[in-house]
Amino acid sequence: MLSGYSFNDLASIFVMQSFAGLILFSVFLLMALGLAIVFGQMGVINMAHGEFMILGAYTTYVCSYIFAQWAPALFGLYFFVAVVLAFIVAGISGMFLEWSLIRFLYKRPLDTLLATWGVSLILQQVFRSTFGAREVGVTLPDWMMGSWNLSDTIQIPINGMIVIAITFLITGAIYALLYKSGWGKQVRAVMQNRTMASNVGINTERVDRFTFGLGCGVAGVAGSAFTMIGSTSPTAGQQYIVDTFLVVAFGGTESLGGTIASSFSISQARSILEFFLNGSMAQVLVLLTVIGILMLRPQGLFALKVRR
Amino acid sequence: MPDKKIDLLKQQASRRQMLAGLSALSLTPLLSRLAYADVPSTAAVNTTGLAVTDDTVTVGILHSITGTMALSEIGSVEAEKLAIAQINESGGVLGRKINFIQEDGASDWPTFAEKARKLLEKDKCASVFGCWTSASRKAVLPVFEQYNGLLYYPTFYEGLEQSRNVIYTGQEATQQILAGLDWISKEKNAKTYYLLGSDYIWPRTANKIARKHIENHLKGSRVVGEEYFPLGDSQFNSVINKIKLMKPDVIYAIIVGGSNVAFYKQLKAAGLDLSKHNLMTISVTEDEILGIGGENIAGAYACMKYFQSIDTPDNKKFVAAFKKMWGEKSVIGDVTQAAYLGPWLWKLTVEKAGTFDISKVIDASPGIEFKNAPEGYVRIHKNHHLWSKTLVGRARTDGQFDVIYETPELMEPNPFPVGYQ
Repeated sequence: MLSGYSFNDLASIFVMQSFAGLILFSVFLLMALGLAIVFGQMGVINMAHGEFMILGAYTTYVCSYIFAQWAPALFGLYFFVAVVLAFIVAGISGMFLEWSLIRFLYKRPLDTLLATWGVSLILQQVFRSTFGAREVGVTLPDWMMGSWNLSDTIQIPINGMIVIAITFLITGAIYALLYKSGWGKQVRAVMQNRTMASNVGINTERVDRFTFGLGCGVAGVAGSAFTMIGSTSPTAGQQYIVDTFLVVAFGGTESLGGTIASSFSISQARSILEFFLNGSMAQVLVLLTVIGILMLRPQGLFALKVRR
Repeated sequence: MPDKKIDLLKQQASRRQMLAGLSALSLTPLLSRLAYADVPSTAAVNTTGLAVTDDTVTVGILHSITGTMALSEIGSVEAEKLAIAQINESGGVLGRKINFIQEDGASDWPTFAEKARKLLEKDKCASVFGCWTSASRKAVLPVFEQYNGLLYYPTFYEGLEQSRNVIYTGQEATQQILAGLDWISKEKNAKTYYLLGSDYIWPRTANKIARKHIENHLKGSRVVGEEYFPLGDSQFNSVINKIKLMKPDVIYAIIVGGSNVAFYKQLKAAGLDLSKHNLMTISVTEDEILGIGGENIAGAYACMKYFQSIDTPDNKKFVAAFKKMWGEKSVIGDVTQAAYLGPWLWKLTVEKAGTFDISKVIDASPGIEFKNAPEGYVRIHKNHHLWSKTLVGRARTDGQFDVIYETPELMEPNPFPVGYQ
C-alpha cells in the first residue's frame, strides 16, 4: 500500500492529509455547532438546519453580486461582509421561526421534527422560486482561490485556511457566550429546569428565541463558508443534514466539547480512510464505526451527568 | 430626428400588419381543412384510440421540475417546448398542432412510473419526451412496454439497453468515451489515467468501458487509480492529494451534479492548474458550469456530441431561438440539445409513417434522418440509438467550450459493446 512512495512523498501525504482532515473537521464542526445548540440545549430536532445554511449561502451569493455590480473595487473583501450578513439574516429568520412555530411545540420534540421538516420543504421552494432550480456559482475573489506552496508537493489551499479560521472564531465565541457570559448562564438554566428558571425571574421566552436564533445564525455562517468549497442550490442543504445529525448524536447532544470531539474523530477517520480506500468505502466504514460505538454508548461520546 | 420618426412609423405599420396576420391566424384551423387537401382524416391516422383530433395531437413531457434532478432536467423541458412551438409554427404534424401535457417526475422514480402510466393510459399521448437519470428510465420502461407507448430519451447514458418503445437521442457509452480517449492519448501522449466518478451505475459503467479501452486499445497506457464518491459529496481534498502524488497524465472525471462545484473549486484551490494538467470529463456541460463558475474549470476537456458554441448556421439558429424563448442568460448543454431532437424526430417519423399509430411509428423509426439538427446530421439506427460524432471541447472562462476536435465519421451506436462489459 505504501511501497510505491518515497520518504518525501509520505511526508507530504502526511502533511496534506492532516490538513484535508482539518478542513473536513471545520466543515463538520461549523455544521454541527448550530444544530448542537438547538438540539442539545433546547431539544428541538431542527430538520430545517440545512436550509438555514443554504440561506446563508444565498446571502453570500447576493452579496457577491451586489459588490460585483456596485463596488468592484472592494470585491476582494466582500466575503467578510457576507459572513456577517449571513449570520444576521439566518439568525433573524430563525427567531421568526421560533416565534411563529417552534415555541408551541417545546413539549413535543417529535412534532418539532415534522414541523421543521415541513419548514425545510417550504424554504426549498422559496429558494427555487427566488433563485431558480439551478445551482448558482458564488464568485470568489482571486486571492481566496489560491494556494500557499510550502514545497513542490505540499500546497495548502487558502480557502481551507479561511474555513478553519472562521470555525475557530465561531467556536470560541459560542464557548464564551454559553459558559462565560451571564446570558449563557440563563440559557443553561432554562434548559436544565424551565420552571425554576422562570421562577427566579429569567424571561424564558426571550432566552428560547435568542438561543434558536443563535443556532440558525451559526448555520448561516456555515453556509457562507461552504460557498468557497461546495455548491449552492435549493436542495443542497439536504446533503449536509445527515452528516450533521451524525456528528451531534455521536458527540452527545448536550455538550459543546462532545460536538468538537466527535467532529474531530469522524473527520480524521474519514480523511485517513479516504486516502487508503476510497470516498464511498470511507463513509461506510465511518458510519459503521459510529453505529457500533453508539450501541455501546447510547448517550454519545460525552454526556453530562445530570439527575433526571 | 426625422429618421427616428420614420422608423417609428415603419414599426407601427409592421405592427399593424402583424395584427392583421394574427387575426387571420385564428381562422386557420377552419381554413386549413379546406386549404390543405392533403391533411388526412383522423380516422385514417389514428386507429388505436390516441389523443388525436382533427386539429391537434397530444404528447407528454415527463421530467423532474422539482427535487434534486430539476437542476438538469429543466433544460430538457425548455428544449422540448421550444421544438414543439417551432413545429406548431411550421404547420404541425400531419396538419395537426401539437398539444402537450407536462407531468413532474419530482426526482422520484416510482412517481415517474406512475406519471408515465397516466400519460399513456388516461391521456393517450401519441408520444412522450422525458426522463433523465437511468433510474427514472428503468422505472418507466415496463410501463411503456405494457401500454405500447413511445418514449424519446435524451440523456447520454451507460448503454446496455435497447427497447422497442424507446428512442435514445443521447449518446451511449461507447460513442462518447472511445473517441475522447483516443484523442487525448494521441494528442497529449498520455499514458497514465486516474478515473473518478460518482457512485452509481452510470459512472461505474462508463469508467469500466474507459478502463477496458485504456488497457486493451491504447498501447502502453494504464489506469493508476479509480475512485467513487457518494452523490452530493463535497469533500475531495483527499483524492486531490492522491492525484498530486500520482501525477497521472489524465484525470478522467465523471462526477455528476452539485458535487462538481465542490470538486472543481477544490481542485483549483489545491493549485492544480487545468491549463497544465489534462482533465477530461463526460459529465460537465454548459449547464453545470453555471454552478461551477467558468474560472474554476477553464482548460478542462469535455467529450460529448454537442456544445453550444458549435459554429454552424443550424446551431446558431437554434441557440438564438432558445435564448429568445428562455432568456438571454440561458445556456444549452449536450442533453438539452438531445432533448430538442425528440419532437422533431417524432414529427419526421410520423410523417414518414403517415399515421400516429405507435406501432407503425416505431417500425418507421430506423433510418429517419434529421438533416439540419443543431448538432448536424442525425440518423436513427435500427437499434433505436442515433449515429453521432464525438466532439472534444475545451472549457473557457466564460462557461462555453472551444470545440477543438471532432471525429471525422459518424460513430455507429453500439449499446452492447463486445469486449467492453
